Amino acid sequence: MKGSSRLVAFLGIIVIMAGVFAWTTPGLVKDIKLGLDLKGGFEVLYEASPLEGGEAVTSESLRRTANSLEDRINSTGIQEPEITTEGSNRIRVKLAGVTNEDEVRNMLKKPVNLTFRNPQGEIVLTGTDFVQNGAEVVRDELGSPMITIKLKDAKKFEDVTSKLIGQKMSIYLDEEMLSDPMVNYAIPGGSAQISGNYTMEEAKKLRDTINLGALPLKLTEKYTQSVGAKLGEQSLHQTVEAGIIGSAIVLVFLIILFRIPGVVAGITVISYVWLLLLVFKLMNATLTLPGIAAFVLGVGMAVDANIIMYERIKEEIRSGKSLLSSLKAGSKNSLRTIMDANITNIIASVVLYVIGNGAIRGFALTMIFSILVSIVTNIFFSRFLIHLLIRSNVFKKPSYYGVKEEEIRAL
Amino acid sequence: MHYNDRFHTKIRFDFIKHQKKFFGASIALVIIGILSLLFFQMNFGVDFKAGTNMDIELGKTITQDEAKAEMAALGYNDVETTVGGSNNSRLSVRFDDVLEQAKVTEVLTGLKAKYGDQVSAETNVVSPDMARELGKKTIYAIIISSIAIMLYVMIRFEWRFALAANISILYDAFVVIALFSIFQLEVNLPFIAAVLTTIGYSINDKIVIFDRIRENLRFSKQKNKEQLAELVNASLWQTMARNVYTVLTVLIVAACLYLFGSESIKLFALAKLIGLASGAYSSVCIASPLWLMLHGDGKKQRKTVKTPAAS
Repeated sequence: MKGSSRLVAFLGIIVIMAGVFAWTTPGLVKDIKLGLDLKGGFEVLYEASPLEGGEAVTSESLRRTANSLEDRINSTGIQEPEITTEGSNRIRVKLAGVTNEDEVRNMLKKPVNLTFRNPQGEIVLTGTDFVQNGAEVVRDELGSPMITIKLKDAKKFEDVTSKLIGQKMSIYLDEEMLSDPMVNYAIPGGSAQISGNYTMEEAKKLRDTINLGALPLKLTEKYTQSVGAKLGEQSLHQTVEAGIIGSAIVLVFLIILFRIPGVVAGITVISYVWLLLLVFKLMNATLTLPGIAAFVLGVGMAVDANIIMYERIKEEIRSGKSLLSSLKAGSKNSLRTIMDANITNIIASVVLYVIGNGAIRGFALTMIFSILVSIVTNIFFSRFLIHLLIRSNVFKKPSYYGVKEEEIRAL
Repeated sequence: MHYNDRFHTKIRFDFIKHQKKFFGASIALVIIGILSLLFFQMNFGVDFKAGTNMDIELGKTITQDEAKAEMAALGYNDVETTVGGSNNSRLSVRFDDVLEQAKVTEVLTGLKAKYGDQVSAETNVVSPDMARELGKKTIYAIIISSIAIMLYVMIRFEWRFALAANISILYDAFVVIALFSIFQLEVNLPFIAAVLTTIGYSINDKIVIFDRIRENLRFSKQKNKEQLAELVNASLWQTMARNVYTVLTVLIVAACLYLFGSESIKLFALAKLIGLASGAYSSVCIASPLWLMLHGDGKKQRKTVKTPAAS
């Protein structure tokens, strides 16, 4: 390739990139999933323990509890809930963009445990004895609504009721007594009724609550974070603004210090930002407030690769080498140092990711993405561009690279 | 300032000659830090101490006294309130108890009644066992990441470089912790992120300098104490520009986060700023003289200098 065609290639790449970035960035920004600290919402870490008379905490019961939490959340129409189990007895729930937090949190925690108790208050039948989604609203002979529930084991119900003949059998939803009918005879058929002067509305609501299912385990809130939507929005705006100001100053700084290579550094920083946004979108990762901080710090760290290489090139120019051999020696000699820097940062970020929770994971993850992306843009892409430029033979004066003539030694 | 012909660089300041002053100042800071940690401890936030923290954006200016009165009216006489933000419209309230959701709503409703519906808050509630667990995890994290980075530097360099570099990065992490203790700044989870990334980032300058020292060692034959000191000084000045610039770019963005970023990450940005500044200082004034001290007169070290060096 001749010099001039390299310059054309360089300019062509810049124009195409500028076009692609300008065209796609608004869409990318819009598609990025924001964390609850940026758009409002809440996060709760629950610790699970066995319900009274219920099953033990196992990975299986924990998973089922998480699933029923998900069902409950889905029934409210909240978008994209994040529910994960952690360790042996924890469930983390993250809901972004929730406005009726109190209501949702109460609904989530409620065990919805249906129990039948004898007059001594002992539990004779528990939630797991009933068929899931088996509750229905029917009308009794007089036309008032009541709820029927199906039992898994008709024989067991018959046994239980036969022991309680002549006594009351109370039906509890959690600690609230729904009704306490008198048992007049052993009930066969495996179906029980709950009646209690309900309106149709109330009966339907009760049926839905029962059908949503019992949580197999009892949940206690251990950690909660809740962020108001307005506050989140303010954090987002302020921090993005801070990032834009910081990046702009860094760009100007680089161009003043390194001239032509500084412009290349600027281009690679912009492609770093664009690529990182793209990675976020493709990974469907959630951007949190600490994530933005990592993003912004990442801009400052990404240009380190440029600076280390350019300073080395400057030094080679000063030693009297030709521009091209300075470039070759400079890129070769600086690569190892730059990789060292990236590797040590990745080590610290990975440790942070492993120990951190919630928003800090967002920080660590963004840090890791940002380092990997900057290796592509600020090491490899940057080298490619600077090679094109230097080999184009257009910018030959050392001053284009921030080196004064009198600093150059004869070989 | 003089121009060194052997290494083709200007030596504007003899760091090795003044090493005692740097060591003295740093040791003094470490001692003050330890004393502060012993007597004042850290100002642990809700993440480490359990309880409830509310960060409330009121949208209207409030004074410290008003805030106290407001909380007293809501039935909280003994809470810590801090007013901040660009126009004193940001109120941070620290409750020692784990507040029920209903209580939190009550506080917010009370403030909304007085200041209007634009009141918006971030609430963190942490139970005591979670706080303890996080404290433990943090200590592990610092230990694990320091060891991992130490191992990495040990593989990259011989042990004197590794030891000098590691003492310096641990010093940097400690400076951040010490200053937060001395000024009683609140320590929450993001602070840990700042300390850990300081460890990861502050090693970079040290690697740049040590790589250069190693490269210069390969080319210079005679190595008595004075010549080694000259070599270290020259290596420091050869790499000074890039070390200053790389730190400066990150400092610029961290300072912008501190000045313009949201209230919730200001302390994080401040911790980063301290860590970055300390890292730049310790690379030049601690790590390099320390290596020279460990190196001794250098008679037996000839064989350690064999790997090709980079910038």
